[in-house]
Amino acid sequence: MSTIAPTLSPTHEARPTTGLGRFFAVRRNMILTVGLTLLTLMSITRLWTDEDPLTSSGTIGTALRLTVPILLAGLAALWAERCGVFNIGLEGMMILGTWGAGFGAWKWGPWVGLLLGISLGMFGALIHAIATVRFGVNQVISGVVMNILGFFGARYLSDLIFTGEQGGGVSQSPQQKYGIPKFDTPFFAGGELFGWKTPDFFGWLEEKHWFLLGDIGGIGKGLTVNLSWLTVLAVAMVPLTFWILWRTRFGLRLRSSGEHPWAAETLGVKVNRMRYAGLLVSGGLAGFGGATLAIVASSYYRQGQTGGRGFIGMAAMIFGNWRPLGVTGGAALFGYSDGLKLVASSSLPALFLFVTLVAGLMLIVSLLRKKMITVLTAAITGALFLTAYLTVKEVPESLTQSVPYVATLVVLATASKRLRPPAMAGLPYRPGEGH
Amino acid sequence: MADENNDTIAKQLDTGFSGLLKKITTTSNAGGLTTGLFTLASSLAAVVIALGICAVLLAVTGKDPWAAYTEIVKTGTQSNQLLEMMKRATPLMMAATAVAVGFKMNLFNIGVEGQYLFAALMASAIGTQLSLPAPLHVTAVLLLAMIAGAAWASIAAVLKVTRGVHEVISTIMLNYIALSVIQWLFENWFRDNSLELNIKTKALPVSGRMPDIVKDRLGGMFIVALFVVFLYWILVFKSRFGFRLRASGLNAGAATTSGIGAKKMIVIAMLISGGIAGLVAMQSVVGEIYGYGPNATPTQLGFAGITVALLGRHHPIGIVAAALLFGFLDSTSAQLQLAEIPSSIVKVIQAVIVLTVVIVNEASIRWLNKRTAEQTAARLVASDVTAGVSA
Repeated sequence: MSTIAPTLSPTHEARPTTGLGRFFAVRRNMILTVGLTLLTLMSITRLWTDEDPLTSSGTIGTALRLTVPILLAGLAALWAERCGVFNIGLEGMMILGTWGAGFGAWKWGPWVGLLLGISLGMFGALIHAIATVRFGVNQVISGVVMNILGFFGARYLSDLIFTGEQGGGVSQSPQQKYGIPKFDTPFFAGGELFGWKTPDFFGWLEEKHWFLLGDIGGIGKGLTVNLSWLTVLAVAMVPLTFWILWRTRFGLRLRSSGEHPWAAETLGVKVNRMRYAGLLVSGGLAGFGGATLAIVASSYYRQGQTGGRGFIGMAAMIFGNWRPLGVTGGAALFGYSDGLKLVASSSLPALFLFVTLVAGLMLIVSLLRKKMITVLTAAITGALFLTAYLTVKEVPESLTQSVPYVATLVVLATASKRLRPPAMAGLPYRPGEGH
Repeated sequence: MADENNDTIAKQLDTGFSGLLKKITTTSNAGGLTTGLFTLASSLAAVVIALGICAVLLAVTGKDPWAAYTEIVKTGTQSNQLLEMMKRATPLMMAATAVAVGFKMNLFNIGVEGQYLFAALMASAIGTQLSLPAPLHVTAVLLLAMIAGAAWASIAAVLKVTRGVHEVISTIMLNYIALSVIQWLFENWFRDNSLELNIKTKALPVSGRMPDIVKDRLGGMFIVALFVVFLYWILVFKSRFGFRLRASGLNAGAATTSGIGAKKMIVIAMLISGGIAGLVAMQSVVGEIYGYGPNATPTQLGFAGITVALLGRHHPIGIVAAALLFGFLDSTSAQLQLAEIPSSIVKVIQAVIVLTVVIVNEASIRWLNKRTAEQTAARLVASDVTAGVSA
């Protein structure tokens, strides 16, 4: 042992062993390589097609605002499945969140709205938890009922409270008087610092439209300009989730309840308590996601505001292989395609070229690695998207809506062997039954 | 002497065991009826609990629960309300049967929603192009709907058997994909461009319409729905195929060992489920608006069907009863709104009923199992004692 230890120690010291340092240390190379490659390809696409909106700060800013609710829903799904419970009812909890936020923000201001949205989301999750954890009801059934309950519960409450108010009704809350403050980040996007207007670095870079640097400028500015504090808070949930679930004792216990509850039980973990906790966090995050829709993306609650984002969040979670960073990637992908559609739908066909380029690169890499199945998949994908790019001049609005759902099915159908969901997610557990 | 003694002990033991076995089997047979009654009682208890919860909900939000419930009962007892209840129960019965077929195979078809909307569009779009004599034309439209529904469901089935994609996830995604595809198909191909308002597909010719049972009150699809439930009963509970289906659903491994191809059963069950789902909106297509319209064709029936199937415990009679109950509750919503009670409370009551029923069901099963285990244990101990005494 003593001979092995010294050889191991340098690598151990090279990697910080706790917290976020390690989170990034392990994946730094992968993130950098993949990120830079995609960015380069995107830049090539932009210069080739002359579609500047692809990476303009306007598109990215909109994409960020559309990503946040999906991201929170995705994290909510992650928390639930990591502790071992399917949460099909996310959509219903999000609806409760939008309603709570709309009501609270209208009556007492946006921060109260946020808290009320989160609380109502947690209330929905509590019902789901009592049904599934305490009584062992089929988790899909309980989730489906939660969705119905969320939708009509919100409608019932709106009818009681909003009907007759100025601008309110059975399907809408009155307008909020003020929102959550927004800011431009100093030095990056020209925000003010103690009354002094700092230089707009990313904006300057974006306007040059240089290869790669112009794109970095656009993306950078999009992510730092006109930010709502709520957005910052929401994005902070990603590292927080990672830290809690993968770096704390509580997180290990919670995840072990989702992987092998009976093994956890033998080590003294109160599995059901963990599942309650996981579901409550899940509902809180879903409510938070709903609140961002009612407070940041608009300034009132409206029926149907969630628009299936609870389910898109689940899709993002599957897409991201049940990991926080993966969920972020999935949510960003869906949010970006939504944002581009909203800001510059004429630029959408350029994305076909982008996918073709990605497929082409994959083709080369997999040829070098002699992975024939990947070669074939990449070739077919590339050919399909190249044809689409050459023939389609206008992408029908109706079909682009289904992108996240189709993408999820494709991922599930092609990469299901690489996906690693929690082993016991969705299965009932009762204490003391594992023999 | 010793041998003889051993023999008698063996005999006694033998009779002891067979007696015990007999006792267990007979009690469990008698228990079958008791369990049935128990199930019914627990369901009714659950409904009462649910109504209690909703009364609290109403009271907390400042509405008089007693007034709401009397309003529901008062409205429900009017004679034309009976027809309204049956009319509203029609699609629910079919949606619930579609869900139930899947459930018997341990498949959760959440995709009824997408399947029936897709089927409604395809059946109306192709149905208008046909020219057939009256009874054949309607039948053809219904068949088209079933084929379209089954086709949409087959995507999930194929993904499940070939790629192992869980049907809950795939059908959820397919619901949303269906909405997109339907919108695209409708806008680009099937829309009747002569209409400005109330856009829909070209109207079905008279030969493709289903006659009403009671003019403008109850459509002919009510009979079809009852027939579908009846067929479901024959197919799933009385046929060899149904036995295989239920066997695969209960224990796929054991079923495979006895020669039932689980994958084949998954595909067949999903196709049947999708086919029945295709009929859900047909009351509207062949009986009311004579086509598909994005704002005219009813939505959300797929999810309502899930709740009805759960409430009816996937049993034919249960499904009919649950569909009628929900149809009844739905039919009172307009009157409730007039009485200044938000009509959405009806849907909340329905959801609470379903949730309480599944919870009470689960709790009562646990209680029954525990009781059975305790009784069996007690009997075994008792028989051990008798065996010991005779030895």
